[in-house]
Amino acid sequence: MSEHPFSTSRGPDMPIGLDQAPVVQALYKAFGADRFHFQNTLTGMPVLWVAREDLLDVMKFLRQGDNAFEMLYDLHGVDERLRAHREGLPNAEFTVFYILADLSGGKDLMLKVPLFESDLRLPTVTSIWPVADWYERETWDMFGIEFVGHPNLKRILMPPTWRGHPLRKDYNARATEYDPYTMTMEDQDREQEALEFVPEEWGMTRGKDDRDYMFLNFGPNHPAAHGAFRIVLQLDGEEVVDCVPDIGYHHRGAEKMGERQSWHSYIPYTDRIDYCGGVMNNLPYVLAVEKLAGIKVPARAETIRVMMAEFFRITSHLLFLGTYYQDIGAMTPVFFTFTDRQKAYEVIEAITGFRMHPAWYRIGGTAHDLPKGWDGLVRKFLDWMPKRLREYEKCMHENAVFRDRTKGVAAYDTKEALEWGISGPNLRATGFNFDARKQRPYSGYENFDFEVPLCANGDIFDRGTMRIEEMRQSLRIIEQCLNNMPAGDFKADHPLTTPPPRERMKEHIETLITHFLQVSWGPVLKPNESLQMIEATKGLNSYYLTSDGSTMSYRTRIRTPSYPHLQHIPTLMRGGFVPDLIAHVASIDFVMADVDR
Amino acid sequence: MSWLTGEVIDVIVAVIQAVVIMLVAVVIGALMSFIERRALSIWQDRYGPNRVGPFGSLQLAADMLKMFFKEDWIPPFADKRLFILAPMVSMGTIILAFMVIPISPSWGVFDNMSVGLLFFMAMAGLNVYAVLFAGYASVNKYALIGAMRASAQTISYEVFLGLSLMGIVAQVGSFSLRDIVEYQSHLWNVVPQFFGFVTFLIAAIAVVHRHPFDQPEAEQEIADGFHIEYSGMKWGMFFVGEYVGITLVSALLVVLFFGGWNGPLLPPFIWFALKTAFFMMFFILIRASLPRPRYDRVMSFGWKVCLPLTLLNLLATGVVVLLNAPAQ
Repeated sequence: MSEHPFSTSRGPDMPIGLDQAPVVQALYKAFGADRFHFQNTLTGMPVLWVAREDLLDVMKFLRQGDNAFEMLYDLHGVDERLRAHREGLPNAEFTVFYILADLSGGKDLMLKVPLFESDLRLPTVTSIWPVADWYERETWDMFGIEFVGHPNLKRILMPPTWRGHPLRKDYNARATEYDPYTMTMEDQDREQEALEFVPEEWGMTRGKDDRDYMFLNFGPNHPAAHGAFRIVLQLDGEEVVDCVPDIGYHHRGAEKMGERQSWHSYIPYTDRIDYCGGVMNNLPYVLAVEKLAGIKVPARAETIRVMMAEFFRITSHLLFLGTYYQDIGAMTPVFFTFTDRQKAYEVIEAITGFRMHPAWYRIGGTAHDLPKGWDGLVRKFLDWMPKRLREYEKCMHENAVFRDRTKGVAAYDTKEALEWGISGPNLRATGFNFDARKQRPYSGYENFDFEVPLCANGDIFDRGTMRIEEMRQSLRIIEQCLNNMPAGDFKADHPLTTPPPRERMKEHIETLITHFLQVSWGPVLKPNESLQMIEATKGLNSYYLTSDGSTMSYRTRIRTPSYPHLQHIPTLMRGGFVPDLIAHVASIDFVMADVDR
Repeated sequence: MSWLTGEVIDVIVAVIQAVVIMLVAVVIGALMSFIERRALSIWQDRYGPNRVGPFGSLQLAADMLKMFFKEDWIPPFADKRLFILAPMVSMGTIILAFMVIPISPSWGVFDNMSVGLLFFMAMAGLNVYAVLFAGYASVNKYALIGAMRASAQTISYEVFLGLSLMGIVAQVGSFSLRDIVEYQSHLWNVVPQFFGFVTFLIAAIAVVHRHPFDQPEAEQEIADGFHIEYSGMKWGMFFVGEYVGITLVSALLVVLFFGGWNGPLLPPFIWFALKTAFFMMFFILIRASLPRPRYDRVMSFGWKVCLPLTLLNLLATGVVVLLNAPAQ
């Protein structure tokens, strides 16, 4: 090993605890403590800086033995060049961070690799973690960081003709910072040409022996693509020889927007990440912000949040269920599930004032208290749902044609699921017991009595069954919220609660000014990093926020469950039939807004 | 008025009958599109088209107007002749097949044709050309896959479509549908030919590409398959052709297995209409309730279950017919 990569091996205000974690100690022992730099954050996991030369060795070490991690949970970059308050951090102009998760053990770890603009290269980890493929492509796309040895380092979210790397700090975020957009005929022709399909560019051959393959463009507009999602299929008859998912058609730059919205005004953007998840999306974001702000949320607010989040889990699962049956060819159930969704939305609308995207959670609580009569509405819904769920099971899951279409089709086991970053019901369908509400409780989930449904086969049938069982458990949680709703405030009594309580504004001029500043500029959060993982409707969703002491986030990283789920499709579907692919795509339960952000 | 002999009057009556039957068949087919949407919506807890006219009854007129005024687009890359021919074949063969259906003792176009049943099967066989032409002429991969599925499915199902009816033919001793109806004045064929009925029902659904055998147009998989490039009236002909097809096979089920116009009290025509309407609703109900099997399973079901069943049925019928035959 060469000279010490970091000038200081420890930060200035060394905390007690996380640097004593067994995995950190094991790394120190194996590689030497001077090879790492421990960073103190609010992410809830040890954060170690590691030099690029050591990265592969460390990753290999963390993949096997007693300290093995099961999943590469997230990977992305940060442009550090404009970051204020980097005290105690190693020098870097860019960083790439890797979040490793040990779901059965309960320890997580973040590794950060510092890079400099003059040499933005580091080795790929795709050979160690297959799921890194798309993440590394996205990091290259967004930051221009090259992963040496990556098999297919191409743009993934942006079009192939795009210039620049959008998440860099010198890349403008607002349309007003640009000249008006124009496209000449030549530009248009060039763009059209770039869209031409060349099988070789997608890693496909045109034929084998004396037979030609058929290339079928499935999407981005297809009734069963569940959004603007494209899969290029290489077909031999109706057998899928190979397929390549193509994403990015729904990319809005949600992470970039996080860098120009105040901590408060970003909340409505989160609703639209998983657009079926409503306030469920607000939850990881506000929890992460509250960690940064040091706000302790009152029990009533926590319970209201849990209740509304579970309502959205039910509406999301109902949408899943209807379209899942529909894609297996049953046209009727979707109308029934939409009726049920409507019943849920009646409650949601009465409580939040909005249906799909209420943006209803606030930093430090919720937007309002529960309205008068909410309990009656919730009770009505709780009485309505169970018999409907039983009906779906009877009509579909016990139907011979349905079972023939789904049993044993597109099945994967736990090992494969973890390798590909699959989480949520799709992971639990393989029999692996990880539910963030149980294993990493947040927002008071530890106080609720519910079970985590599990299946064993990990096939299309099980993924459907999982959703029905999960809805039953969500109903249980909602019922407990209804019966035990704590009294008290729906907002924390904290200076950073946004918007601050209105009564206090009226006291005197000083409180009025404070109120005004906090509503117009938004709250100012201390420099730090925080991360919150939740069990969202579709799997593990987390917000990794970096504050550099400003009114806005310095970097907002949104890890969504659907992204790795789509990456897994080709591994599973090679050799399958087109109708099976449709059924599998329906059983994943993704929305493209969640994938592309 | 010397030319107005009895023969000429017969011809005129026959022509008027034929025209009326054709028009009624087409109108009922078109009305089916409305009835199906309303019936489905009732089963699915919703309203369906209920805005045009009282209870939506004028929806059909609105749809027809829209379809006539839509741009009748032919893709520039399509094979134009076949593209235009396909919907004509689709609608034409089905309407022609109506010729052999006896509606009541006095109504019917050519219902005593000695090869009536064979004529229907020939038309059903020709009907697949519509799908093949459409799929081939569209120069669209989804349409092509749909056409391939249609031909594979039709080949598999036509085999026992014919065989399932041979039991009846053996019993009655005639291919004429009028003879078959008259044979059933005491006992409907569904009783002695139950397996023939079951297999014919399955094959009939497959022949008119109705759910769950709508593999050639499976929307979720191949986005409407063979008629994906069609619009306006050409698409309308496929659409109405499908419903006329439902009417046809419902009428055939009634004629072959449920005694045709036979029934107590009510006039023969009413019995025929009621029975046919029952099967048409049955087709809609099937669509509302079943998921779609995978298409290779549809094939193997046809070859491995239905075909042996029809053969056994034919064998058993043959034994019975021979046993009952007067000794020579």
